[in-house]
Amino acid sequence: MKSKITDIKSALQPVKDGDTLMVGGFGLIGAPLSLIDELTKIDVKELTVVSNNVGEAGKGLGILLDQGKLKKAVGSYFTSNREVAKWYNAGKLELQLLPQGTLGEAIRAGGAGIGGFFTKTSVGTDLAEGKETKDIDGEEYVFEKALKSDVSLVRAHKADKLGNLVYYKTARNFNPMMATAGKYVVAEVDEIVEVGELNPEEIATQHIYVDKIVLAEQILTKEGVVQK
Amino acid sequence: MSVKDMIAERAAEALDEYSVINLGIGIPTLVANYLDKEKYYLHTENGLLGVTSVAEEDIDPNIVNAGKQPVGEAVGASYFHSADSFGMIRGAHVDVAILGVLQVDESGRVANWAIPGKDIIGVGGAMDLLVGAKKVIITTNHTAKDGSPKFLKECTFPITSTRPVDMIITDLAVFERKGDGFELIELMGETTLEEVAEKTEADYTVSEALKRSVGQ
Repeated sequence: MKSKITDIKSALQPVKDGDTLMVGGFGLIGAPLSLIDELTKIDVKELTVVSNNVGEAGKGLGILLDQGKLKKAVGSYFTSNREVAKWYNAGKLELQLLPQGTLGEAIRAGGAGIGGFFTKTSVGTDLAEGKETKDIDGEEYVFEKALKSDVSLVRAHKADKLGNLVYYKTARNFNPMMATAGKYVVAEVDEIVEVGELNPEEIATQHIYVDKIVLAEQILTKEGVVQK
Repeated sequence: MSVKDMIAERAAEALDEYSVINLGIGIPTLVANYLDKEKYYLHTENGLLGVTSVAEEDIDPNIVNAGKQPVGEAVGASYFHSADSFGMIRGAHVDVAILGVLQVDESGRVANWAIPGKDIIGVGGAMDLLVGAKKVIITTNHTAKDGSPKFLKECTFPITSTRPVDMIITDLAVFERKGDGFELIELMGETTLEEVAEKTEADYTVSEALKRSVGQ
């Protein structure tokens, strides 16, 4: 068995200029904080980030934004980081705003070999402008294209040495779909256990999706983000 | 009791026992304070069915609601990812969504995600909830901060969905959708029919029962 366990720095070596990155998390909850922190330290630019939010002002992915490393952000709720509007208005950041359910489904489709899908969400609103629509059984639907990534950075609770993952509480959010939609997938976890220790019925992400496993060095606590 | 709590308490009365409910941010979140938690299933779109309150000492930073506030895990709760969560919503498995609004119009269309002239950079789950929940209840102050009506003939802000909402509960009145329009069915506190009329731009009817109760 070829080991997938590595250190955070090595895990991010394949990231290059112009890549599309999927990054898990609902705000900072379930975000791979140690991998994001390492991204702020490496020399990489023109990134497209697919994530529900661009972190918070000066936190998480918000740091990458401040560093000018982002070309485009795809997500559902950028309001949580007021800096996003400033970069957008200055013409220094492209935005693709999607309803949250459409974002999740587009990632799931991307990982499952589906080119896109029709949804009723956003029909008749500004977010459906310019998109193809279709009448299905008398109701109008709008076409949404699937999303894929060059690199997906996900946060799970435990991994076994094969790369099977289990999640923790609402820190699951976008992570399982992102793990399926990336060409190269790194999982940041609290604990790595022997193969066979995870209950097969509880494994939410199968090892075939995971390329590298790293141990979390920064974790979210009641008091905020702390170094482990 | 604050105005917000009064609205939240009235919204709680509108809910059937053992239904699945999604609460939006703001006044809707307060509705949970007026529900017997064992008799309702609270869904939050970030991936938990079975939301309950949590004591300060038991807070887990990884258990939050859609407003990123700490919540607890009810007996019988389950966790799922965002795609499944919105599958529940769009697939009409959530009975009621309670949402706040910037504007709502007399055809029941809602605007609650963008303000013209301001940056349109956040939508979250609002569009999915409006499309998918079996019933949508709006909780809101009757007028905006500047005193202008929020219940209008037609929304002037970008709409969130073409789907009409079912009920509107404000600090002044309760309206229910009837046919293509809305019917005023209740006055809150000491509010009069005249005050509601003065602070509402939308056309609506007044229920016969309410007319009788105020002696008209």
